[in-house]
Amino acid sequence: MELNFTGTDLCAINGTRSAPETHYDTVVIGAGPSGVAAAIDAATAGAKVLLVDENPVSGAVMGNDVPLYFGGRMTSATQNAERMLEAIFMSMPALETAMDAGVELLLGTTAWGVYRNGPGVASLPQQVVGLADSERSWLVGFDKIILATGARDLAMAFPGWNQPGVMGAAALQMLLTRYEAFAGRRMLVLGSHDLALETALLAKDRGVDVLGLIEVRDAPQGHSDLVAKVAAAGIIIHCGQTITAAKGGINGVESATLKTGEEIACDTICVAIGLIPSIELVDAMHGPRALSAMRGGYIPAGEPTVSAVGDCAGLADSGFDHIAYRMDWMRALSSVSADDTIICQCEEVTRADLIGVQPPNYLSRPAPMCARSLDTLLEDGPANPDQIKRLTRAGMGVCQGRRCRDQVAMLLAIEADKPFGSIPLASHRAPVRPLPLKILAEWDEPAEMDAAWDVWFGIPTAWVPHEDIGTPYQDEHREMLYTGMYK
Amino acid sequence: MSGSEVVIVGGGVTGLSAGWWLARSGVKVTVLDKFIVGWEASGRNGGGASHYASPLFDEEQRMWPQMDELLGYPTEHQKERIIIAMTERQWEQYRFVAERHKRLNHAVELLDTKQVLDAVPLASEKAFGGVHYKFGGHANPQRTTQAYAWALQDLGGTIVQHSPVTGFETAGGKVTAVKTATATYGCDNVVVAAGPQIPQLMAQLGVNVPLAAARAEMIITEPAPMMPLTGVDGHKLYGRQTMRGNLAYGGGPHEWLDMDADGPAARPSTPLARNLAKRLAEMLPKAAHLNVIRSWAGIIENSPDGRPIIDRLTSPDNVVVASMSSVGFGLSPASGHAIRDLVIDGKCSFADIDILKLSRFDNLEADWREKRGWMPIS
Ligand SMILES: Cc1cc2nc3c(=O)[nH]c(=O)nc-3n(C[C@H](O)[C@H](O)[C@H](O)COP(=O)(O)OP(=O)(O)OC[C@H]3O[C@@H](n4cnc5c(N)ncnc54)[C@H](O)[C@@H]3O)c2cc1C
Repeated sequence: MELNFTGTDLCAINGTRSAPETHYDTVVIGAGPSGVAAAIDAATAGAKVLLVDENPVSGAVMGNDVPLYFGGRMTSATQNAERMLEAIFMSMPALETAMDAGVELLLGTTAWGVYRNGPGVASLPQQVVGLADSERSWLVGFDKIILATGARDLAMAFPGWNQPGVMGAAALQMLLTRYEAFAGRRMLVLGSHDLALETALLAKDRGVDVLGLIEVRDAPQGHSDLVAKVAAAGIIIHCGQTITAAKGGINGVESATLKTGEEIACDTICVAIGLIPSIELVDAMHGPRALSAMRGGYIPAGEPTVSAVGDCAGLADSGFDHIAYRMDWMRALSSVSADDTIICQCEEVTRADLIGVQPPNYLSRPAPMCARSLDTLLEDGPANPDQIKRLTRAGMGVCQGRRCRDQVAMLLAIEADKPFGSIPLASHRAPVRPLPLKILAEWDEPAEMDAAWDVWFGIPTAWVPHEDIGTPYQDEHREMLYTGMYK
Repeated sequence: MSGSEVVIVGGGVTGLSAGWWLARSGVKVTVLDKFIVGWEASGRNGGGASHYASPLFDEEQRMWPQMDELLGYPTEHQKERIIIAMTERQWEQYRFVAERHKRLNHAVELLDTKQVLDAVPLASEKAFGGVHYKFGGHANPQRTTQAYAWALQDLGGTIVQHSPVTGFETAGGKVTAVKTATATYGCDNVVVAAGPQIPQLMAQLGVNVPLAAARAEMIITEPAPMMPLTGVDGHKLYGRQTMRGNLAYGGGPHEWLDMDADGPAARPSTPLARNLAKRLAEMLPKAAHLNVIRSWAGIIENSPDGRPIIDRLTSPDNVVVASMSSVGFGLSPASGHAIRDLVIDGKCSFADIDILKLSRFDNLEADWREKRGWMPIS
């Protein structure tokens, strides 16, 4: 078969992508206080600005503990999209100021990926951010992007944590303030640093019965003013204590058991041990980031076109080592819970299987498999959470590892007896929010994309059965399967 | 200097399978990888194992059903495939391929729309038809890669990770040692199975291996209800339903890349995820509400004719080079066997693999990449 090459590979990506729908000088992701302020600043300086915020998120998304750890404790009001839109808008008067300043605002709109040319990719017409609402997804071009994505909840495993009613502090604050849709009444709080103290005070203020705070360390951890306020509100801080189990029924949590054996009746256990700066977009775009124990985890390291503000740039540094604190909690909870405690809820991975690097239960475990463990894996190289994910599926589920990724890293550090910072950050991948196929789909893709589409490279000789090479059939094969690709 | 009878450069499926086959023959092997086994294409692919075009096909088909047992670790291998046509043109093309299979005595069955819907509950009423391959299959690439590595260790072989090979020592027309930044590994034979980095490594031995690297992408959804047959693709997509239920699919335009000796600096995915999502939602509309939870990319190399290169060189004469030209996962049980044979016996025992010789490119034009349009975007 003579192939006359034309110098063009019609199945390559070159020139097949759609241009972004619109272009802004500045796109701000996240309409919390710092995002709104950044948007107003940029607009006041004359820039064309788009401000997006994923809230209100749908009840279905919340049900997956995305983007925060809602623990099923949202009221049915969250099912009513219009009402939630109104509640959110009303709860944030600054949004109106932003619009008056000329900022274009899109609520209920998720940013699921930021893409730009760099190592390994040169085919993008320009740098874009992928957006999606409840109807569709689209791309927006930008000169500058400001991430104000806030911080997400650190979840912690203990027996019974995988039921409705165990939730995170950021989710609780969101439900209490922006959504006014918290379904709990009687709440126990884990932690006693500022986050836990502030959460307890807010909840009490909003009429929630706060039954106490549980602290693994021997003294309250937060600022003395806040500790005093909590004491003045009559809320007890149980120090040197930990939770050993949550018991519950069909509606989730009904009580918490402490190390002392004491059982406290409650419908909500709020995990307020820590917040993690939400750097999913930065990491998924291969942006630089660095670990900061004082600022809550990995934070963006900064670059000209991508900046971060607010909690996603790092929690306020008050001299508190968040990582050491979390590790104390992790050690305490691990020591009082059985090995079969679930760590990854989506994939039902237990701590024993995580540390044993065992496959899920639907696969067989022959003797050689059972003989493998983290210890044997460590003989071949340092612990890597992405490798553990491949083998155990921990972090592979629909919550995209939000509930377990931090715990997996901590457990690996503990088991490998290495500092937390030596464990690589498990990779984030776009879409950084779960997005239905029909929403993510580019339904109106350019004709060039379809014209270039081949199942695999479209090299005319590659799939000719070897028996047919040099026979007339190979030309027939090429005609039928690769017409138009090469002359 | 530590030594091994055979040192293998590259801990992807090709190098690992070769190491496993050699270890099964009692040979002392060491596999060196620049990072963790399977971190490149071998852990990022579609898992397809139905390479009927290859001379290694029969061995691929013979081996896969036995792999879990032989390795001692699960690979999630699942048998058979159904290819769904969503356009008239695809239907024409898939039937053409089916006819060819019949002539080659590969068992296939044509399915009409109703049969497609019966066999694939998530499929579309708009399907033109389908072809049921009663052969082939798919497996979990990440589990399989680690299974090879572990099985090789169980047989006494050695895996050295985080150790990029930087060069070779030669004497008397042979490679005598393989070097990394920190160590030198003496050897009687070398296998170079370093994927897209083969050209840079082989250039150090004065051997020109024409390969072009490219990036390809996939998406995966949350679990869908298990389908009776999980090897479902078509509509110009490749992919599979995992044993957990997730739908993992790829296809569409690739991006050609430059490659240096350090290998891929990054493996970024792009908004192509949207075009994959569109086709998957068209082919399996009853899954269109399912969430996409990740996308990823992998880097693979292609030879000028898109077929693998598996060859034992004449000079230096103790080197086997193996590039699978972007179809290496499924073929790995067979490519490893062929490499074992070339190392030990100098000849493949179970198939005629002369069409995979490097010498077929002896007279290749210097500008072969430009001619094909396989150049990176500048
Ligand atoms: C998105 C995608 C989908 C695919 N789908 C399929 C499919 O469905 N079916 C199929 O059969 N194939 C598929 N492929 C192709 C398949 O993945 C590859 O052909 C196969 O994995 C190649 O394996 P390998 O071991 O030859 O190379 P690689 O997996 O590239 O491994 C090479 C190894 O060598 C190491 N290395 C490189 N340089 C050095 C050095 N200097 N020193 C030490 N180590 C080094 C690398 O770290 C790497 O681990 C797909 C590929 C991609 C990217």
